[in-house]
Amino acid sequence: MDITLKEITKIFQAKDKSETVAVNDFNITIPSGKLIGLLGPSGCGKSTTLYMIAGLLTPNHGRIYFGDEDVTDMAPEDRGIGLVFQNYALYPHMTVRQNIMFPLENIKVPKEEALKRAQDMADLVGIGELMNRKPKQLSGGQQQRVAIARALVKKPRVLLLDEPLSNLDARLRLATREEIKRIQRETGITTIFVTHDQEEAMSISDEIILMDLGIKQQVGEPQDVYDEPKNLFVAKFLGTPPINLMPGEIKNKQVLIRGSKVTGKAAKNQEVVVGIRPEGFEIDPNGIMELEVYMVETIGRDTTLIIKNFNDSAKSYRIIVDARHRIKPGDKVKFNIESDKIFVFNRETGERL
Amino acid sequence: MLERQNNLKALFYLAPAMVLLSVFTFYPLFNAFFLAFLRDYEFLLRSAKGFTLFGNFKNVITDPDFGIAMKNTSIITFISVPISVIIALLISVALNSVKKLQGAFQTIFFLPYVTNAIAIGMAFAFIFHADYGLLNTILGWFGINPINWVGLNASWSNAMFALLVYTIWGGLAFKIMVFLSGLQSIDKQYYDAARVDATPRRRVLTKITIPLLSPMIFYITVTSFIGAFKAYRTIIGMFGETLRPPGTLSKDSLITIVGLVYDALAHADATGKMSEAAAASIILFSITMIFTLVQMQISKRRVHF
Ligand SMILES: Nc1ncnc2c1ncn2[C@@H]1O[C@H](COP(=O)(O)OP(=O)(O)OP(=O)(O)O)[C@@H](O)[C@H]1O
Ligand SMILES: [Mg+2]
Repeated sequence: MDITLKEITKIFQAKDKSETVAVNDFNITIPSGKLIGLLGPSGCGKSTTLYMIAGLLTPNHGRIYFGDEDVTDMAPEDRGIGLVFQNYALYPHMTVRQNIMFPLENIKVPKEEALKRAQDMADLVGIGELMNRKPKQLSGGQQQRVAIARALVKKPRVLLLDEPLSNLDARLRLATREEIKRIQRETGITTIFVTHDQEEAMSISDEIILMDLGIKQQVGEPQDVYDEPKNLFVAKFLGTPPINLMPGEIKNKQVLIRGSKVTGKAAKNQEVVVGIRPEGFEIDPNGIMELEVYMVETIGRDTTLIIKNFNDSAKSYRIIVDARHRIKPGDKVKFNIESDKIFVFNRETGERL
Repeated sequence: MLERQNNLKALFYLAPAMVLLSVFTFYPLFNAFFLAFLRDYEFLLRSAKGFTLFGNFKNVITDPDFGIAMKNTSIITFISVPISVIIALLISVALNSVKKLQGAFQTIFFLPYVTNAIAIGMAFAFIFHADYGLLNTILGWFGINPINWVGLNASWSNAMFALLVYTIWGGLAFKIMVFLSGLQSIDKQYYDAARVDATPRRRVLTKITIPLLSPMIFYITVTSFIGAFKAYRTIIGMFGETLRPPGTLSKDSLITIVGLVYDALAHADATGKMSEAAAASIILFSITMIFTLVQMQISKRRVHF
C-alpha cells in the first residue's frame, strides 16, 4: 500500500501566538513495501511528518492517503500503523511478553493466538528468550527490538520508526540497523524510518527523503541523491567526510577556482560555490589544481589529506586518496578532478547549476 | 580525613533537628512506653506502686468504650480510606484530562486542605442539619422526608454516615494534589503509544495510568490509613467534645481510639488514668504499625516503582 502526502502543512502555534511552520507544503508518495529513510537536521519536521502519518497530529492543510483511502481525518487507532517511538515508550510495569501482547489484547485477539503471535514476533526480532523480563532489565538494543515487535505484532499496514537508533552506541547501532533492514525485508511492510544520521539513512533505505526547514529537498535512491544533489543543502548533508565547498566563478562557460579552470559549465557569468566530493580528487603530476597538504590522516584503507580552507583557516578541506600515495604534510600536490564528483551551485539560492 | 570532616559537619547540621526530635518526639514516646507499665500511677504525685505488665492494657480493653472506639475507628478507616482514594483517583484523572480552567478546578479541590478541620466540621454539621441543612433540602426535592443526621437523638448510623461523608471529602484535597502531580509526571508517549494501539479508555486507565501511578497510590493509601486510625479532630468538629449527637447514650458515641486517649487524659488526676492513656496510645501505635508493615509487604508485589 502506497502512502501519499498531498500539500501537507503543519503549523504549531505557541501560547504567545508565534507560529512555527514545522512542515511546509509537503508532497510525497511512499511506494508500497519499501523502506524509506526520512532524513534531515534536527528540528526540520521529521517527527511532525511521522506523527501526522500516524494520526497523532492533524495537518493544518493537505490530505494523507493510504492507497486510495483518505485517512486525514481518521483516528490513529483506525489507521493500522505500528509506531516505534524515539525512546521506545515500552510500558515499564509490563514484561516483554505483556508489552508485545498489549496491542492484541486491545483488539480482543483470543489469548492462545495472542500468545503465539507475540512469541513468533519476538523470535523474529531475536528476543524470544527475554519474554519474562521487564524493559528495565534489557539493553537499549533489546528494548528497541521489543518496541519493533510490539509495533509489528498487530500486522500494521505501515511501520513508522522515529529515530529508533539514537539511544544506542555505535556498534549496536550498526547491528540493529541491519536487523531493521532484515525484519523489513522479511515482513515486506511499508516502513518509514526517521533519522538525522545520513549514513544510517543511506545504508538501509531503499529511498531517502531529504527535508530541511519543513520543506522537501530531494527524494530518490540514496546513491542517486548522493551522485546528483539538487542543491547545496543536499550536497552538504550527504557524505562523510562532507563535500568540499570552494568559492569560484563562471566565466565564458568555464568554472574557475582561484583563477584556474576546474571544469566547464554552460551558464552565464556569475559567482558560484563549487562542491567537490573528497573522493573526487586524483593525484596527477600534470593536474589542474595544486594544493598544499597541511595534515595527513592514515586509517590503512585510504589516506585523508587535509588542506586549509581558502577563506576560513579554522575550516579545512578533505581529500581521500589511495593509501599507496606516501604524502607528507607540507607537500604540494597536483590533482585532477573527476567530472562526476564536482557540482556547481548558485551562490545565492544554493540551486545546482 | 575529608570523610571524617564531612561526618562531623553532617552531625553539626543535624544537631538542631536531633535536639528538637529528642525533646518532643523520642522522650514522649519513651515516656509513654514507661507510663504504660506503671502500676497505679498518680499523675499529681508522680508516684507509682511498682510495675505491671498487662494491668493498664487490661483496664483499657475491658472498658466498654474500648469496643465502641475500636468499632468506630475500624469503620472510619476501612470505609473512608478506600472510598476517598478511589474518588480522588477518578477526580484527578478527570482533572488531568481537562484542558481549560484546570487551574481553577485544582484550586477549588485544594481549598479544603488550607481550611481548618474544625471550621469545616462545623460547616458540615450545618449541611447535615435536620431542618435547614442543605442535604435535607436536596433530599426534599426528591420527596424524601428530612432525616435527623446529627441533631438531637440522631441514630448512630445516621451520625456515622455524616461523619464518613465529611471524612472522605476532607481527605480528598491532598490526595488529588498528589495524584495530579503524579499524573503530570507520566510520559505522554505512553498515551500516544496506547492510542496508536487502539487501547480502549478503560484499559488505558487500568493498565497504564493506575500501574504507573501505583507508587503514589501506595503512598497515599498508607498515609491515609495512618491518618484515619488517628481520627479525632473530625469528630470534635462535627459533634463537639461529647463525640456524639446531643441527647444520645454513650453506647452510640462516635468515639475513636484517639478519643479514648484524650478521654483518659482528661481524667489524668485519677489513679492510673495517665497509664491507661499511655496504654491506649500504644495499642493504637501497634495496630498502625502492623497494618503499615502488612501494606508494605503487599506493595512489594503490586507497586511498580
Ligand atoms: N508541540 C509543538 N509545539 C510547538 N512547536 C513544535 C511542537 N512540536 C514540534 N515543534 C516545532 O516544529 C519543528 C519541527 O519539529 P520536529 O519535532 O518535527 O523536528 P524533528 O525533525 O523531528 O527534529 P529532531 O531530529 O530533533 O527530533 C521544530 O521547530 C519544533 O520546535
Ligand atoms: Mg524528532
